[in-house]
Amino acid sequence: MVTTRKERVDALARMSTDDREGEAGVSLAVSAWRRLRRNPVFLVGAAIIGTFVVVALLSPWLAPHDPSEWMLADQVSKARNEIPPPQPGHPLGGDQVGRDLLSRLLVGSQQTLMVGVFATVIGLGGGLVLGTLAGAIGGWVDSAVMRLVDVMLSIPSLLAAVSIGALFARPSQFTVILAVAIVQIPIFARLLRGSMLAQRNSDHVLAARALGVRPRAIVFRHMLPNSLGPVIVQATLVLAVAIIDAAALSFLGLGNPDDSVPEWGQMLGNAQTVIDSHPNLAFWPAGCIIAVALGFTLVGESLRDALDPKNRR
Amino acid sequence: MLRYTVRRLLQLLGVVLVLSMLLFGWLRLLPGGPVSALLGERATEESRRQLTAQLGLDQPIFVQYGKFLGRALSGDFGSSTGVQPGDAALEVFLQRFPATLELSFFAIVLAVLFGIPLGYLAARRRGTWLDNLGVVGSLVGVAVPVFFLAFLLKYVFAVELGWLPASGRQTGGIDATRVTGFFVLDGLLTREWDAAWDALQHLVLPAMALATIPFAVVFRITRAAVLDVLDEDYVRTAESKGLTTPVIRRRHVLRNAMLPVVTTIGLQTGALLAGAVLTEKVFAFPGLGEALAIGFERRDYPVLQLLIIVAAMVYVLVNLVVDLSYAVIDPRVRVR
Repeated sequence: MVTTRKERVDALARMSTDDREGEAGVSLAVSAWRRLRRNPVFLVGAAIIGTFVVVALLSPWLAPHDPSEWMLADQVSKARNEIPPPQPGHPLGGDQVGRDLLSRLLVGSQQTLMVGVFATVIGLGGGLVLGTLAGAIGGWVDSAVMRLVDVMLSIPSLLAAVSIGALFARPSQFTVILAVAIVQIPIFARLLRGSMLAQRNSDHVLAARALGVRPRAIVFRHMLPNSLGPVIVQATLVLAVAIIDAAALSFLGLGNPDDSVPEWGQMLGNAQTVIDSHPNLAFWPAGCIIAVALGFTLVGESLRDALDPKNRR
Repeated sequence: MLRYTVRRLLQLLGVVLVLSMLLFGWLRLLPGGPVSALLGERATEESRRQLTAQLGLDQPIFVQYGKFLGRALSGDFGSSTGVQPGDAALEVFLQRFPATLELSFFAIVLAVLFGIPLGYLAARRRGTWLDNLGVVGSLVGVAVPVFFLAFLLKYVFAVELGWLPASGRQTGGIDATRVTGFFVLDGLLTREWDAAWDALQHLVLPAMALATIPFAVVFRITRAAVLDVLDEDYVRTAESKGLTTPVIRRRHVLRNAMLPVVTTIGLQTGALLAGAVLTEKVFAFPGLGEALAIGFERRDYPVLQLLIIVAAMVYVLVNLVVDLSYAVIDPRVRVR
């Protein structure tokens, strides 16, 4: 039974060694794909992500206007609390300073996906190094790394991300990504270490060792590839968390202050001051964040089910 | 059992010690160090030197850490610079703690009251529209940024419909006697029903926003745990013996499925403070979360240091209690 974040991670790590019975002669990846293809949860999630990726790639051509041009500025009035309403040529109206909201939403998909991807890659990279060191070397290295990981996990992750974000005197998109990424390092580290430990005495590692394969090759060619499944599952889920956490950082005033290049979390955070009179400024970016986070969560959860050898019947 | 408890407590001590080093280093990692953090970037050279000496920053780093630790142990974390300027950080904590505890209590009650029955129902009716709706709902619940949900609730129920108050803990000017610092409880103890009712109304929206994620998690874990147990041989045996559904539910299904659920509730409670930062800010609810939000905004490091270490200790302690209660509830754990 899987309950805590730690236990979820550990259960995920164990997947790399569980018995591979089931359909004879079919690799785990192939059998996982066969089940995924028919899983509506996966298909819906993949469709959402696919749509957003396509929009992000094509947004420079899709956007009707320049997202950073104050083209409706004459309709903005701070004193009378006026923000450009929807009108011909601007189906969603303008934002607080008169930029076209639809264009900002479309182009914003790029930055938002980038925040998620970079945060996940940094978190995964750091976790890969720490987890592999701990799991492959063991001994005092393992103890030291795991104590550090325990301390990092002892602060609720959002609070830790915000604390790291507050370290930077001049916040930027990069500091937001870094803050959100660092909290993910211990989770990936724990996952990879668990996976390494679980494999240490498994048959394929013993066989490689008996054949005289060098330790480094055992780690990189035999153990790490087996950890790939659980890592992909975790990374997909982290993509969702990173995008939501980045929005929370913006909301708390620790986000990127330069809003010439739009990002959904930042748009949502900036909308809080006018939300009572102009809720649509918050609804659109929030809706996009919810949809894309849901997409990653759906894919992550269905991948977890598909890669779980228990379900291969 | 005792040895296990002692070992875990020692581990907790180690975590807190390392954490204190991190928090100590945190201030010094800031650009310009704590002096700039306290005085701002435009302070004069003279006042800088003065504060540097006053804070003992000209002494060796380990001496500084020792002093920091000594002061921290005696409850002195310095004075607030932004949340409640001039007040001791500890004072800020003590004043606001009951508010957050009250809010967290109601949030967890909401999450458990709805999460467990709905999770059980979804598992029992696996694959029906009810189950699917619940699963999709719980996934969406985790994907919604907490502060946006809080805004949404505030906008619909406070601004548009006007059913519930939009901010604060109690209407200003209401005649309420303070006893415990828990406003609803105070109202009940002193029989000031209007004060209790007013405080309760102020709690509804923030508690709902704060409860979403715990609710979604409790729902999913309950559903998964009940599904696992329903597959067990002893449930089939009980059914074939002719036991009625309520008896099987009470004696066999729920008793076995509750173990992971209890753990989840504990851990979600420990992590509530992170959600409270966002929720309390939206509703201007004067608790620890709001203090953290304002603290981050105005860089009030003495208050932040204290509150973060408290958050970590609560989180780790709740973890410990959960692990220990596990051993009490499940005899199998004790044998290992």
